[in-house]
Amino acid sequence: MHELSITQSVIDVVTERTGGDRVAIVRLQIGKLSGIVPDSVRFCFELIAADTPLAGAVLEIDEPLGRAHCKGCGEDFELRDLILLCPCGSADVVVMAGTELAVKSVEVV
Amino acid sequence: MCVTCGCGDSAGVRVRFPGVPGDGHQHSHEHPHDQLHDHSHEQDPSHGHDHPHTGEPRSQPIPAATRTIDIEQELLAKNDSLAEHNRGWLAEHGITAINLMSSPGSGKTSLLERTIREAGGKRTVCVIEGDQETLFDAERIRATGAAVIQVNTGAGCHLDADMLRRGIEALAPPDGSLLLVENVGNLVCPALFDLGESAKVVVISVTEGADKPLKYPHMFAAADLIVINKIDLLPYVDFDLDRCRRDARSLRPDVDIVSLSVKSGAGIDAWYEWIGLK
Repeated sequence: MHELSITQSVIDVVTERTGGDRVAIVRLQIGKLSGIVPDSVRFCFELIAADTPLAGAVLEIDEPLGRAHCKGCGEDFELRDLILLCPCGSADVVVMAGTELAVKSVEVV
Repeated sequence: MCVTCGCGDSAGVRVRFPGVPGDGHQHSHEHPHDQLHDHSHEQDPSHGHDHPHTGEPRSQPIPAATRTIDIEQELLAKNDSLAEHNRGWLAEHGITAINLMSSPGSGKTSLLERTIREAGGKRTVCVIEGDQETLFDAERIRATGAAVIQVNTGAGCHLDADMLRRGIEALAPPDGSLLLVENVGNLVCPALFDLGESAKVVVISVTEGADKPLKYPHMFAAADLIVINKIDLLPYVDFDLDRCRRDARSLRPDVDIVSLSVKSGAGIDAWYEWIGLK
């Protein structure tokens, strides 16, 4: 459900910058650990972009993997979920990537 | 379409006092509007509701010549900046705001009722209640004598920073008070939205099952404190307290955890200590 308000933010953020120009492509970054489901965003986008300059635009969604740094062993590793555990067994880890939720750029006509 | 809650009605979000006939709007402008108000006009939803949904082509052909515009903006930036504004205002006024989140029925409102009754005048307690519909919870809080306002989110599944701002404006909590914010009962969406609170508390009851932290990791990863409620029912349910604590700490190693029963009062002093009422 929260994807709807997130998707509305996409439209707000873009139109604040592009005004009434027709937008052909919207590039988003939705990290694997962001808590946002890209397919839900696509679904919501079709519904709420209608009658905006973003109607019919293609969504290009980059989904960065979760990555963390372990303060125990000093290694970086892929974080597949929110469980903060390094393969070395340490839980003293810092999330480095995967929580991104941003509009990167657009193509306007 | 409403920006905040996704409902199809601009009146989707309502801020209401309990015990007032109608929607209570006549009260919502009685209080002096102070520093918080300077954001309110930015939040006036510019969305129209007249779009006919005629079914646009799903994706139009992309013209050969397009122009790239870098945007580079976080999608939660607007909510986060409103939340920071709330946080600053609350700090200036010495108000501690606690955001309570849980699934429906875990005992948030009961915890608030008992807390207000036992606060014993140590600190003024005010409450902002969040629910999709009804004034039920606000009426329960009002019966304790505490100042309370209800935010009804309509179709919305969570409170956001602007709803908290509106709630605070209408409620006008006194300086130095403890503001308890009961979020919409939902273990998913509220986790994502910073309200500007001092701390996030997640309540889980033993009847829900110990697997909830790993099933709803975003919520439990956001918690500063986890309250495990209804421990008086432990003899009757299969709830593994150790597993629940262990799983919660795998998501946030430094999370505080308090086990209590709102009904019997067992363990509740640790909660009072945590929120500074002891």
